[in-house]
Amino acid sequence: MSWLHRVRERVSGEVLEVRPGESLLCAMERQGKGCIPVGCRGGGCGVCKVRVVSGRFDFGAMSCRHVSADERGRGLALACRLFPLGDSEVQACGEAVRAAPEQQ
Amino acid sequence: MKKGVMRPGHIQLRVLDMQAALKHYVDLLGLIEMDRDAQGRVYLKGWTEIDRFSVVLREADEPGMDFLGFKVVDDATLCRLSEELAAFGCQVENLPAGELKGCGRRIRFEAPSGHFFELFADKEQTGKWGVSEINPEAWPRGLQGMKATRFDHCLLYGVELPETLRLFTEVLGFSLAEQVLDEAGRRVAQFLTVGMKAHDVAFIQHPEKGRFHHASFFLESWEDVLRAADLISMSNTSIDIGPTRHGLTHGKTIYFFDPSGNRNEVFCGGDYHYPDHPPVTWTADQLGKAIFYHDRQLNERFLTALT
Ligand code: FES
Ligand SMILES: [Fe+2]
Repeated sequence: MSWLHRVRERVSGEVLEVRPGESLLCAMERQGKGCIPVGCRGGGCGVCKVRVVSGRFDFGAMSCRHVSADERGRGLALACRLFPLGDSEVQACGEAVRAAPEQQ
Repeated sequence: MKKGVMRPGHIQLRVLDMQAALKHYVDLLGLIEMDRDAQGRVYLKGWTEIDRFSVVLREADEPGMDFLGFKVVDDATLCRLSEELAAFGCQVENLPAGELKGCGRRIRFEAPSGHFFELFADKEQTGKWGVSEINPEAWPRGLQGMKATRFDHCLLYGVELPETLRLFTEVLGFSLAEQVLDEAGRRVAQFLTVGMKAHDVAFIQHPEKGRFHHASFFLESWEDVLRAADLISMSNTSIDIGPTRHGLTHGKTIYFFDPSGNRNEVFCGGDYHYPDHPPVTWTADQLGKAIFYHDRQLNERFLTALT
């Protein structure tokens, strides 16, 4: 199955097999894994933020609120908008803001 | 209607990719494309809506809501509310007629929650799409996808709920139809209506200002909600949750995302509100059931996936 790209998520150690043209987040969900949090799947909410450790990727449109040009330069990206081009490694950020309804 | 604000009029949403957005809002939701302007904005509406448009899409590098607009009864009301908003402490911006194509002059202000709202008195009315004004048939042929009938309401996440409530009730004449209170009696969610609907706009307490949770579109029946769910699967659209029922407002619903990550809802049914009705109260310890009546627990996404 050499056409699958193998992407390792560093925090969990999970290895995700990603089909060409498939987003990293989509591949993770397809394999029933949960090492990266899932939000909108559209590059808008920032929930799935990761840091690229190694490897090459294509990038889809991402909200500049969650990935600024500067952050992008430092390898930060949204997993729902990351399309691996080969074997690679990422690290989940898990920095989503959680709204606690009880706090005012 | 106590202060002359009649109803929701329009919402402007930012999308990352206009082509993908139109495939979603037109082909899947079934909104009708009515116009485009020189800025590249696209104007849409649900087929039952009398106004020329109710949804405006703008391409930008950050998705979310630009503003939500309400229609007031006349220009004198617009003048009066402009003064009352200023007296409340809002900065009021004037937008000339035609800045949105087919819409009269608007006033825009930021609510304490950090969201922008607009009021206007005039907008071109083109009538329901595809049916005659005289002896109208039940529905038009040629509708696409979910056949969304109208833009209905928004849920917004933001700060300063108490002041936002005061602005909407005291200045704009909305009623508090429904609320969620925490153990200390603080309001963590408020559902506001300016007519008989269960809500026209709702707010949930959140540490960041001005965030967008969802824009909702009305369908006629539970069967239509199920059909919408089928279409979401058929088109491989990003789903959030449903079909299910809300405890709050008791509407039957499904949540999903547009291609830029803005959450949408289509729903049917739900409670009604008369101005003399006391607010319906949910307690925060029952928040799961209040939001998703069947699962009785929130999914993490409900609180974190915002644009
Ligand atoms: S899941 Fe929302 S940005 Fe990726
Ligand atoms: Fe809703």
